[in-house]
Amino acid sequence: MAQTFSEKIFSLKARRDVKAGEVVIVSPDYLLSHDNAAAIIQEFNKLGIKQVKNPQKIVIILDHVVPASTEKYAQNHQLIRKFVASQKLQNFFDINCGICHQVFSEKGFALPGKLILGSDSHTTSYGAFGAFAAGIGRSEVASLWAMDEIWLKVPETIKIELAGKLPPGVYTKDVILKIIGEQGADKANYKAVEFSGEAAKNFSLASRLTMTNMAAELGAKNGYFIPNEETIHFLEERKKEDYQIISSDDEAEFEEIIQVDVSSIEPQVACPHTVDKVKPVSEVVGTKFHQALIGTCTNGRLEDLRIAAKVLKGKKVHPAVRVLVIPASQETYRVSMKEGIMEIFSAAGCVVLNPGCGPCLGAHQGILAPAEVALSTANRNFRGRMGSRDSEIYLASPATVAASSLHGEITDPRTFL
Amino acid sequence: MKKGRVWKYGDDINTDVIFPGKYTYSILEPNQMAQHALEDLDPDFAEKVNPGDVIMAGKNFGCGSSREQAAICLKYAGIQAVVAKSFARIFFRNAINQGLPVLQSEEAVENIEDREEIEIDFAKGEIKGSKGIYKFSPFPKSVLGILEAGGLIAYTKKKLEQKKEED
Repeated sequence: MAQTFSEKIFSLKARRDVKAGEVVIVSPDYLLSHDNAAAIIQEFNKLGIKQVKNPQKIVIILDHVVPASTEKYAQNHQLIRKFVASQKLQNFFDINCGICHQVFSEKGFALPGKLILGSDSHTTSYGAFGAFAAGIGRSEVASLWAMDEIWLKVPETIKIELAGKLPPGVYTKDVILKIIGEQGADKANYKAVEFSGEAAKNFSLASRLTMTNMAAELGAKNGYFIPNEETIHFLEERKKEDYQIISSDDEAEFEEIIQVDVSSIEPQVACPHTVDKVKPVSEVVGTKFHQALIGTCTNGRLEDLRIAAKVLKGKKVHPAVRVLVIPASQETYRVSMKEGIMEIFSAAGCVVLNPGCGPCLGAHQGILAPAEVALSTANRNFRGRMGSRDSEIYLASPATVAASSLHGEITDPRTFL
Repeated sequence: MKKGRVWKYGDDINTDVIFPGKYTYSILEPNQMAQHALEDLDPDFAEKVNPGDVIMAGKNFGCGSSREQAAICLKYAGIQAVVAKSFARIFFRNAINQGLPVLQSEEAVENIEDREEIEIDFAKGEIKGSKGIYKFSPFPKSVLGILEAGGLIAYTKKKLEQKKEED
């Protein structure tokens, strides 16, 4: 029987042949949490047991508010550190590492053919490595720490076939925004999304991660790419354990196949206050903003910073805008420094912040005042997300955000090429 | 059967407007969370809501972040159920895991007005409004067990205790 990637991985985990729609009880390979581990620990403590079942599966990465900005955050971090020590958890990454999705990937937990669950909606990112990766809630993580099992429905799959070649100045961020704009924020609710086609084959690992990260904004349970040579090479020195590449059979049953020709896409911008309110950059050119953010789990990787630095090199950001740059991880930070990228940002008048989630979720490091507008490389622009409920957020690619930062208004990055 | 007043909202109500991200790591107490429920959508919601009230919304309710506080704040605000045309996946799980019933009925949402008083019969799977009675599909067995236990943590605790006795 021909199977999709999702059906194959759940058949393997459930040790029987399963089809989309079936409910299975499974154990994940890895279980991610971040600062919300503090709340998970409180739930775990209600369960009346002392030890987690499988400490080697638990990965905790502090990134949401690092370093702690208030006493309350400090207490959360303290609680997590104590728990990590008492449970002898080996896979703990403190405030000096970076954004969980980037660190999880760099440290070799995101592996092809693995089932990864995390108490973060952008856990879908690891599908870029050919994993099945889905977000869950914190009660579920607490329960998994104790029982090491969870019920999941095997999802139906929507295949997105990407044809053509990206034009200059257009990136996978624009592709995924275009898809979300056309298909709507609930298109893939409860479903798996598989990215394939000639164009997808050539996408770099970083730009694949941008797409699987934002598959969450289509409502998807996971987003998937077949690992390519670059992915396998990236994992060579990093992988935590052996892995097996799993992919859909050609004759597998897909719920829907969507064709997208990337050659005809222009830079895209998601407008306030939903991610599916997407317009081509030409329709929003000239929109003024106060703060730019280049970073996050969507677009804070080396490739993204290189693109932004190329636009900003030797220039100054517009005096009316504050431009924040956040490398996704310490590794990204170090390589960027060696390459002179940080020098470029600093000389251009950007504020370079430490690796972490920064102001993306509105907790610290650049909160928006009422009536302020932000242009960000992040994945969400919901009302009030970065501060005041009367502020606005636009989302775009690092190239668009960098080019716009020079003018203080939304600008087509292709004018800089 | 419980009566409650309906608070009706639109499509794609996301977790940031249900429970703002700025509170997610600073407010840990459920009753305090309830005071910020729907703050960025309907700022006076926490003041005007009464125990037993029902939230009604369009498609994709609870999209966005995985934050479970979105379900917790509604439950502790006294909401007896959320009725929507559809739910975002993680919110649906979180609500069940917090013992907050999430009911899918396009018909009910189409026909019931904001502020209307309705009754929900969980046993029969019916929502009774002024213009008619609307069905929702009953929960699968695995889900019902969690709801009946009052949430996933209580359910898991029970399972762990049973396991201990068997050992």
